[in-house]
This record gives sequence, structure tokens and C-alpha cells, in this order.
Amino acid sequence: MGCITEKFIELKHNREKALVGFVVCGDPDIGISREICLHLCKAGVDVLELGVPFSDPTADGPVIQRASQRALKSGTTLNSVFDVASQLKKEVNTPIVLFSYYNPIFKLGVSNFYRRLIDTGIDGVLVVDLPPEESQELTDCWQNGEIDFIRLIAPTTPESRIEKITSDASGFIYLISKTGVTGSEGLDYGEISGMIRKIRKFSDLPVCVGFGISTPEQVKNISAISDGVVIGSAFVKTIELNLENRNVLLEKLLLQVKSYKDAQNL
Amino acid sequence: MTGFAGVPDEHGHFGLYGGRYVAESLMPALIELENAFKQICGTDSFQKELNKYLAKFVGRPTPLYFAKNLTEHYGGRAKIFLKREDLAHTGAHKINNTVGQALLAKKMGKKKIIAETGAGQHGVATATAAALFGFECKVFMGVEDIKRQAPNVKRMELLGAEVVPVDSGTGTLKDAMNEAMRYWVSAVRDTFYVIGSVAGPHPYPVMVREFQRIIGKETKGQVLEAVGKLPDVLVACVGGGSNAMGLFYEFLEDPVEMIGVEAAGRGLHTGEHAATLNAGSVGVLHGSKSYVLQTDDGQIQEAHSISAGLDYPGVGPEHAYLKESGRIQYVAVTDDEALDAFYLLSRHEGIIPALESAHALAHAVKIASGVKDEMVIIVNLSGRGDKDLEIVTKKTG
Repeated sequence: MGCITEKFIELKHNREKALVGFVVCGDPDIGISREICLHLCKAGVDVLELGVPFSDPTADGPVIQRASQRALKSGTTLNSVFDVASQLKKEVNTPIVLFSYYNPIFKLGVSNFYRRLIDTGIDGVLVVDLPPEESQELTDCWQNGEIDFIRLIAPTTPESRIEKITSDASGFIYLISKTGVTGSEGLDYGEISGMIRKIRKFSDLPVCVGFGISTPEQVKNISAISDGVVIGSAFVKTIELNLENRNVLLEKLLLQVKSYKDAQNL
Repeated sequence: MTGFAGVPDEHGHFGLYGGRYVAESLMPALIELENAFKQICGTDSFQKELNKYLAKFVGRPTPLYFAKNLTEHYGGRAKIFLKREDLAHTGAHKINNTVGQALLAKKMGKKKIIAETGAGQHGVATATAAALFGFECKVFMGVEDIKRQAPNVKRMELLGAEVVPVDSGTGTLKDAMNEAMRYWVSAVRDTFYVIGSVAGPHPYPVMVREFQRIIGKETKGQVLEAVGKLPDVLVACVGGGSNAMGLFYEFLEDPVEMIGVEAAGRGLHTGEHAATLNAGSVGVLHGSKSYVLQTDDGQIQEAHSISAGLDYPGVGPEHAYLKESGRIQYVAVTDDEALDAFYLLSRHEGIIPALESAHALAHAVKIASGVKDEMVIIVNLSGRGDKDLEIVTKKTG
């Protein structure tokens, strides 16, 4: 059983919902980013999504675009993301999902990538622009189910596709809350509930909802109808607004995690 | 068509290239589009309606013009013909595709269309089709391109389109396409994305090729009529590659040499170019696998070309496939060589070519000046150069 699955079992046992936290690795530089990740894990993020910066993040809004630019400017590569993950793994046991666009992975080579995943102890991979139709070229060399391949489902995904997508999903299902890029506004709880019901017809995997969730109120409402929330742009925004003072930044992230966890446990 | 007709496969793969590398939010829209394209575009009624617009609105067929002066200038052995896509409505081949896609969007019941544009030719052609069919239209354009192609911005606005400036990245075509994709994700339910080249996720490369095939179909008939045989060489510029695919596709099974001309910018050795097939490597950008300009870490690099329409770090996946198969040769010419060809055609033939098309011409005259035997060369004159006057005068004074 993978580390992600164990985490969700533990959460379920404690009647808790998952807080999945996303940051762009290397934003604003590798050193600070490592500290940020460590802090988020220690503060209570249940699963860490470590974003690999990419020059052309077509699924991301301006906040994560800017974070990717900062990370690239400071020299972050896929290899440095692996380094950060491997250091984190020595200090915390929070499951880590590597979140990337496909090109940096493809350029490294899929078998090299797999070897690095295993060496690093990364628990899951989410490739935003690699739908099931194309993902075999990446996962063909994966063995023994050591790595969870996190699948995305969108509000536009019809039932027939949900069935297909969930058939080889593992870890958890990432439900995109709405059509749009990361960080965009407006949530339709009714639509999200409906989507979760459809997913439940085909899969028992935990469903975490992401895109556009930023306030404790939203975290509370989404957590009430799902297995967890993914917070990305809201953390990245905190980083962006506090680039000048590292201690203030870490303190604010700590409070932010706490406010989300509190909202989930209300 | 035998050898090259098996591609793409059902998932849009041209051999190793192509496919559909997009976020899940867009997958259902692409599948819907693929089905609509298959079911609607092949029907007689669609083709009949499209052909009516191509004839009466676009002004097709465009002439195949024998460039007598240019031919004589290079000794007369190589007969140079120009496929005059510059004479199509709006001044470039782009309109063939936008009228086709807009008509499809109308049949699908979409209300809005969006597009990305580099040089502005595709933007103008999309805005034109939007006006024709009554769509609301947004065109995404990099701030750098807005500066260097100002007349086209005005034209789009006149036609009723909203030009959305894109300042992310380098503010060029690649970034405009990123932003168009982001917008499409948010408006996917009622919006049709008109991609302007044989790039992007399946079914765009094959759909755009099909709408541009008219260039090659006409050319084949015209050249047979003019010289009684097939041409020896076809030459077309390649940015994303739509005018080249449009011309070449019809001749793939014929004994005809084909050359795609990329932009070598300031020279391949300088790193400042847009010669993706000549100097790039395989990668994934904008929804398909093809050649891209990238770093060792898989980050997409900036392209450079004097021509905004070629200034793109990717290329259509079918070109990658045709390069690998050896069927088509891809070369590159520099900014300066393209500028020389720009002047050459203006002065010798009274035709001001687009800087994009001037790249193809520059290579064609290289061939013409070296041949010993008689031959027929056809250059796809994909667009007219009025839009480039400012950049040309700025460069050469």
C-alpha cells in the first residue's frame, strides 16, 4: 500500500479531511522553497504537491505563472525538485506528489524519471497535460504500483470518461472544481457535489477538489462534500506577498495551514 | 494516397508525433470537435457551402503566377512560379482555414470564437470570418507582436474583434497561444478555438491541413495546365507550417521534391532563430509532441525571427513526421536573406511578399541560381507584405 493511501486511511479513521498543499518548487529560490515545504508539512498539510516550474504553464493562472518564472529564474530544474523532495523525505513523512507539465519529464526521459522517483521516494505523480490517452508512454515502465498516478477529472468530463479515467487511477482523484485556470474565482458547490456523486459510481478512491479554493469558508464547504481540498494559488500568493521577509512568510503560511485545518474540523 | 495516408491514427499521432497533451478540462471539447469535424466536414452540403465561400468571399482559386522577370534574372533555366495566396481575401492563406473552422463552429452551434495570432494574419482572418458568420471574437496577441504588426491590430478592431494583449513570457505567438488556451479552458462550453496552424492538439493539425489542402489541389491542376507536367520542387516557409502542409500534402505521393524553409533569424549558430526542425529537439508544447526549441531541462526557449509569423518555438507534428521519414527536406534562411528576397520580389515582379513568404522565396532563388538543367519551382507566396513595411523600413532605413 502506498504512502498516499495510508494517509487517507489514517484521515478517515480520525474523521478528518485532507489538506493537499501545492507550491512551485524553487519559488523564489531552492533554499527558501525547501524551508517553505518543510514548514507546510510540519504545519499540518496532509499531502504536499511539489510543482515543477515550466516555462509555458497553460493550465495555470497569473499567480502560479509568476511563481514558475521566479523558480526558473533562480535556476530550478526537475533535478533540483528531486533534490528538495529527497531532503524533505528525510525530515517528514508527508506523502509527496510531484506535479508537472509533461515536457520537463519527457526531456529527462521517462525511464530516468522513474528511477529518480524511486530513488527519491516520491509517492505520486500528477502530470497536468498528460490525459489517459497519452499517459501510457510515461507509466509503461512503472512496476509494482510504488508510484500513484494521480488522475484529473474536470466538470466537463462526461460519465463515460470518468469511468475510463478512474479505472486505472490510484492514490486519490483530483477533481478540478470548475472550468478555468488555477486561481480563478467562483465555486459552484452543487455542481461539485454532482461531479463527486458521478465519480463515486465508479471509484472508491478519495476525491480531493482543487482550483480556486482560497478561503477557510470555501475549505469548510468543499471538505463537507469531498475527501479533501487542494490549495495552490492561495499559498503561492502568500509567498509572493512576503518575499522580503522569510520569517514573516513562514509564520503566515503556518497560520494559513492552521486556518484551513480548523475550517475542515469545524 | 498510400504511404502517408495512414496518419494520423485515431488519437492524432503522426508516428511518434502529434497526440493530445492537454489538461483534462479541454479533453471533452477536443473530442467533441474531432467528432464534429469527422461528421460535418466530410459531407457534401458542408463542402458545397465552404466552396461557395472560398470562391465568392475568399476569391479562390488564387492564381499560379509565372514569375518571368525573376526567372530571367536567374538565367531562365529554373522557371519560378508563385502560388498567389497573397491575393486571397485578407492577404494570406490563413483565411482558407478560418472560414472552414468558423463554418464548422456555426454548425456546432457555438456562439463565440477565439484565436491566437503572431503576425496578425491569422487574427485578421479569424476576425473576418467572425464578422461574416456573426460570432463574438477575441484574438490573443503578444504585446511585442502588437507593436511590430500595428496595422493588423487596427484591422482586427475594425472587423469587430477584441484584441487581447498578452504580456506574459516574451509577448509573442507562443505566449498568445498559452493565453488563448487558458481562456478556452474557462469558456470551453460555448467557445470555439480557431487555431491558425497545423499545430496544437488533435484534431487541429489534421483539420487545419484539410482546410489548407485547397492550396495544393489548385496548384496541381494549375501547374499541369501551365507546363504540362508536375513541378520539380515545391518551396514553402514553415513556422507552425500550415501553408507548407497545404501546398505539400497533395504532392506527397508524387515524384516532387519538397522543401520547408524555417527562419534562421540571426543565424543558426547564434541561437537566435526559429528553426525548430533544423535546430530543435523532440518535446511537447501546446498540446502536441513535435520538435521544439528547448533547454536541456525541457523549458521552452524564445524563438527569434524578423517575421512575426515564423517566430514560434514549435512546429506542426506532421512536419516532424515528414522530416523523420525523409520525405521533406527542411532548411533555414536568415533574416537578412529573407529581407533581400523581400526587395527582390518587390522590384522585379511588382509583388510585395510577406516576410514569412520571403523566406521561401530566398531559398527558391538559391536553388534557381545554381541549377544547370531546366526545372520548375513553385513557391508558396503565402501572404502579402504590406503589414511588414514598418519593420522592413526600420531595419534597412
